[in-house]
Amino acid sequence: MLVQVLRVVLAIVILGTWEITTRVGCYGPDSGTCVVDPFFFGQPSGIWTQLVKWVQVGTAQGPLWEQIAVTLEETVLGFAIGVVLGIIFGVALGRNRLLSDVLGPYIKAMNAMPRVVLGSIFTIALGLEMPSKVALAVVLVFFVVFFNAFQGVREVDRDLLANARILGASQRQLSRHVILPSALSWILASLHTSFGFALVGAIVGEYLGARKGIGLMIATAQGTFNANGVFAAMFILAVVAIVAEALVTKLEDRLIKWRPNAITEVSI
Amino acid sequence: MSDQVAIQLQKATKRFTSPNGKSFTALRDLDLTVAAGEFTAVVGPTGCGKSTTLALISGLEAPSAGTVRVFGEPVSAVGRSVGYVFQRDAVFPWKSVLDNVAMGPRMRGVDTGQANAEARQWIARVGLDGFERYYPHQLSGGMRKRVALAQTLINHPKILLMDEPFSALDVQTRALMENELLDLWASTGSSVVFVTHDLEEAIGMADRVVVITAGPGTVKGTYRVDLPRPRNIAEIRFQPRFIELYGEIWNDLRDEVLVSYERTKNRVAS
Repeated sequence: MLVQVLRVVLAIVILGTWEITTRVGCYGPDSGTCVVDPFFFGQPSGIWTQLVKWVQVGTAQGPLWEQIAVTLEETVLGFAIGVVLGIIFGVALGRNRLLSDVLGPYIKAMNAMPRVVLGSIFTIALGLEMPSKVALAVVLVFFVVFFNAFQGVREVDRDLLANARILGASQRQLSRHVILPSALSWILASLHTSFGFALVGAIVGEYLGARKGIGLMIATAQGTFNANGVFAAMFILAVVAIVAEALVTKLEDRLIKWRPNAITEVSI
Repeated sequence: MSDQVAIQLQKATKRFTSPNGKSFTALRDLDLTVAAGEFTAVVGPTGCGKSTTLALISGLEAPSAGTVRVFGEPVSAVGRSVGYVFQRDAVFPWKSVLDNVAMGPRMRGVDTGQANAEARQWIARVGLDGFERYYPHQLSGGMRKRVALAQTLINHPKILLMDEPFSALDVQTRALMENELLDLWASTGSSVVFVTHDLEEAIGMADRVVVITAGPGTVKGTYRVDLPRPRNIAEIRFQPRFIELYGEIWNDLRDEVLVSYERTKNRVAS
C-alpha cells in the first residue's frame, strides 16, 4: 500500500516539476525567464494534448491504431521468427560439437557487430514496407535467443543425461525429455529481453524509412521539431512494452510451473 | 544366493584425458566379481575411482583396457538390466513424481496407462502415496531419494548400482532409507554394487566389502560379512562381530585414506 502511494507521489512530483518548469515565465512578455523551454523539452500537458489529438483525428500518416497495429505486427512477426530460428540453431549447435566449432567464430563476430546498422542494408534491399523491419527485428532477437538456447543445451546436468540413458531413453527421447525441458528455462528467460529487442528492431527500421508505424511517427515529429510528439510516441511504446512483458511472464509461468524460482532478468 | 556370476571386471583400466591434454588413470587392473543376488559394498578414499567402476559396469563409460562382463556378455552399451542410483539428485525437476517414476517403462515402450499404474504401485512401495502430483523441488531430500529408488527399481534391474546414494541425507533419514533399501532388495534378488565412503554403512548392508586403493584404484582386499539377515542398520553396529569386522577392514582402509589425504594436501600446497 505504502509502495503504491509512493509510486503515485513520485509520478506527480516528476510530471509536476516538468510541467511547472516549462510553464512558469515561459509565456507572455517575460518569456525570456523560462527555466526549461517547452519547445525543446516538451511539456506533460502538451504531450497529453498530442495523444488526444492522435486518438481523435489521427496522425499525419493515418489513424493512430493503424500505426500501432503495423508496428506490433512487425514486432510480433520478427519476434516469432527470431525465437524459432534462435531455438533451432541454438539446440542444433549445442548438441553438435562439429557444427558449433565450425560456426562458432562467425556467430561471435556477427554478435559483436552493432547489428542495428543492418537496418540500412535491409531498407535498401527489402524496401520501405514491412519485410525490412521484420528482418531487423529477427536479427536482433535471434542472437539473444540463440545464445541462451545454446547455453541451455550445454548446461544440461550430466547426471540427468546419464540417468535418462540408464532408464532406457533413445537419442530422440533424450532431446525431448531432458535437453529441451532443461534448456527451456534459459530460453524463456531470454524472451523478456528479446521482445524488447524486437520492438527496437521494428522502431529503428521504421525510423530509417517507412510508410507507416510508430517509428515513422517519431521521425515525423522530430522533423517538425515537435518534442511533444516524440514523447507521446514514447509513451505509446512504453504501454505496448509493458503489456507484452506481462504476456511473456504469463507464458513463462505456464510453461515452467515445476520451478521454484525462475532464472529471470534482473528486475525491479 | 546362487553361484552364477553377475558382474565380472578383469584387469579393467580406465584413463581419462583432461582438457589440458594430460592423461589421468582412474582405475588400474581392477578385478571384481559379483555373484548373482549378492550385495557388494565398495569402499575407498575420495577419488579412488569408485564411481568410475560403476560407470564401467553400467556401460556409460567403456574401459580403456581389460574386460567388463555382465551375465557373461561383454558390456558395449548401456544395458537394459542395469539400474543406477546417483549420488546427487538425478530425478527430473520438470516432471512430477508420477512422471519421474513412470519414465523408465515409458522410455522402454510401455503404454502410458500401464506405465502409470506400475508407477503408482512403486510410489506406494517407497511410501510416497499421495505425492504423485508433486514436483521434486516440493519434496525433502529423503523423499527425492525415494523417488529415485522407485524410478530405478520399476525397471526390475538385475544389477543395481548405487553411488553413495544416501550421503547427502541426515543421519536419521539415512538409517531409515538403508533399512528400506535392504527390504526392497530382499524382495527383488538383484545383485547390488553399493559404493560408499562410509565403512559402517558398507558392513551394515553388504554381504561382501571390497576395499579399493587410493587412485589409480585397484582392489586391495575383499571381506565377507557373515552377519545374519534380516538386519537392522541402526542396531547392527553394536554387535561384537560387526566391531571385529570394522577393525579388520579399517586397518586396510586407513592406509589408503592417508595416502589420498597426503596427496590432496600436497596438491593444495604446490
